[in-house]
Amino acid sequence: MNVGFDLVANVVVAGMLTGLVYGLMALGLSVIFGVVRVVNFAHGEMMTIAMFAATALFSAWGVDPFLAVFPIAIAFFIVGYALQATLINPFITRPEHTQFMLLVAVAIILVNVLLMLFGPNARNVQVDYQLESIEIGPVLIDVARLYAAGTALACAAALFAFFRFSLTGKAIRACADNHLGARVVGLNVKRLYAFTFGLGAACVAVAGCMMVLLVDVTPVLGPYYTLLAFVIVIVGGLGSMTGALLGGVLIGMSEAVAGLFVTPSAKSMVSFALLIVVLLFRPQGLLGRSTR
Amino acid sequence: MSGVLGQLNRRGAAWLALLAIALLALPLFANSYVLSVAIVILYFAYTGQAWNVMMGFCGQLSLGHALYVGLGGYAAAALFVHFGIGPWAGVWAAMAACVVFGAVIGMLAFRFGIGGVYFALLTIAFAEFTRIGFDHWEWLGASGGFFLPVAQRQYNDLANLRGSPEMFYYLMLALVAAAFALCSWLLRTRIGYYWLAIREDPEAAQALGVNTFRYKMLAVVISSAMTSLAGVFFAFYYNNLFPEQVFNIGRSIEIILGPIIGGLGTLFGPILGAAVLAVLADGITEALRYAGIEVPGVKQVFYGLCLLGVVVFLPHGIWPTLARWLGVTADTRRE
Repeated sequence: MNVGFDLVANVVVAGMLTGLVYGLMALGLSVIFGVVRVVNFAHGEMMTIAMFAATALFSAWGVDPFLAVFPIAIAFFIVGYALQATLINPFITRPEHTQFMLLVAVAIILVNVLLMLFGPNARNVQVDYQLESIEIGPVLIDVARLYAAGTALACAAALFAFFRFSLTGKAIRACADNHLGARVVGLNVKRLYAFTFGLGAACVAVAGCMMVLLVDVTPVLGPYYTLLAFVIVIVGGLGSMTGALLGGVLIGMSEAVAGLFVTPSAKSMVSFALLIVVLLFRPQGLLGRSTR
Repeated sequence: MSGVLGQLNRRGAAWLALLAIALLALPLFANSYVLSVAIVILYFAYTGQAWNVMMGFCGQLSLGHALYVGLGGYAAAALFVHFGIGPWAGVWAAMAACVVFGAVIGMLAFRFGIGGVYFALLTIAFAEFTRIGFDHWEWLGASGGFFLPVAQRQYNDLANLRGSPEMFYYLMLALVAAAFALCSWLLRTRIGYYWLAIREDPEAAQALGVNTFRYKMLAVVISSAMTSLAGVFFAFYYNNLFPEQVFNIGRSIEIILGPIIGGLGTLFGPILGAAVLAVLADGITEALRYAGIEVPGVKQVFYGLCLLGVVVFLPHGIWPTLARWLGVTADTRRE
């Protein structure tokens, strides 16, 4: 197959930018797992809810997704906090498979509530800057994609800063490092867990609002995003924040390139192959710490 | 069977005998709808039992068991359609394919010390990888589906598995009984005790000299071989295979719902769980139709809520509670 360099460069750049949005979504999963130690099997479903919320706000009042981010992220934080505080906290000490079942039940409910509310049809938003693009050398970049990736990056940076500098962030990191120790020094671990789940949910909300600029959304997309987030987080390293972003970019690029060279429908095969290879040779992920 | 009967008291044995008679006599008075539901229940009872060997007995969480159903189904169906080899011969190929896949996954995972969540994600990854592969395999119909010639249902051809629902019903019943007998026997052997030791505390088991690698591999191999039979059954009963359907992660989750709802690690749990779930799903459909609610997704929402209720309020599943309530003192292994 004769594919020009320009085309490949375009596809790689587009994949990288989409990958940053993927990365933010996976960051939510990674933060939740890293601290709460619960794998959020309803992650992709939460993502689709955010996407539907963005389309609903757009079609009802013409709210631009970049403005819709704020109310949706706040709503997600509250719901995530409540979910952890009421439903998941009692499950923290239970075996993994019961946690898994709990979140699968939540995921089933979420997907089908979406189906009830919005029907099975695809929805999208149409804003004028989706058609614009800028040219850098041979590479043509969609403006919407660039903004989406920029927002994802900014949001991730804010989260990094929060965990590094704020007192709450430090407390959450303490919980993740040593649950018992955190309790000994008097941290309210359950509340911090709920706070963390809320933060993870807010990340997904932002990622969802950005993703809706790039793809159409249907309720059945949920499980796909859940799997995608797992793949990214494992490749990058569960619990590692930069790993999630790196994994997102890597998977975004590999999907785009696979779509170009193989067929678009086989693109996630490459991601899963990558996942299998990483699990076998570096099970802690590319940037994960091995002592866990 | 004596092993299981030894665990049950007299009342439990009477219940079991009653259940067996009812199941054997069911096709005599059931209509085709009830029979099809019964077949689905038995199918999930069987696959649940197979999955339970890995998770319930040995503690290895597989979320990709649809892989073995699909591989088994495709292997037997491909031999039947392309080479005219009947299912009783094809079943061995199906089993071999699944054992190879299971062994590869197990070997890779257990050699490299991948456990818990990571192991579960590895099984998902293999299932998804295979699904997409089959989606593009033209020889097996790719994403368009692979079809078996549909049989005339006048006579039952057991040799080629072409026949009436009654035949498939008894076949599945036999499989469930055989799986039950096999699992109850396994639990009373050294293998079973080693598995339980590994499930409860892998490090302690290893310290006591259990070759955890070998016994975990054994669990994966037995479980995948058992599941492959369900795949062969699936292919010949439904006469069609779509990668999107058989390998879907949703199918894997369906397989594991039964044993978890029913009671993980128990012998009756997978059977009870499959029955409860099927009755629940169909009951909800009927109730909604009666109430005149026709919104897609409502049924699944109720289903999800029921699931949530069981997980929150009956963390060990229904069977241990039910067994106590019935006073049959069945397997107490999970308590």
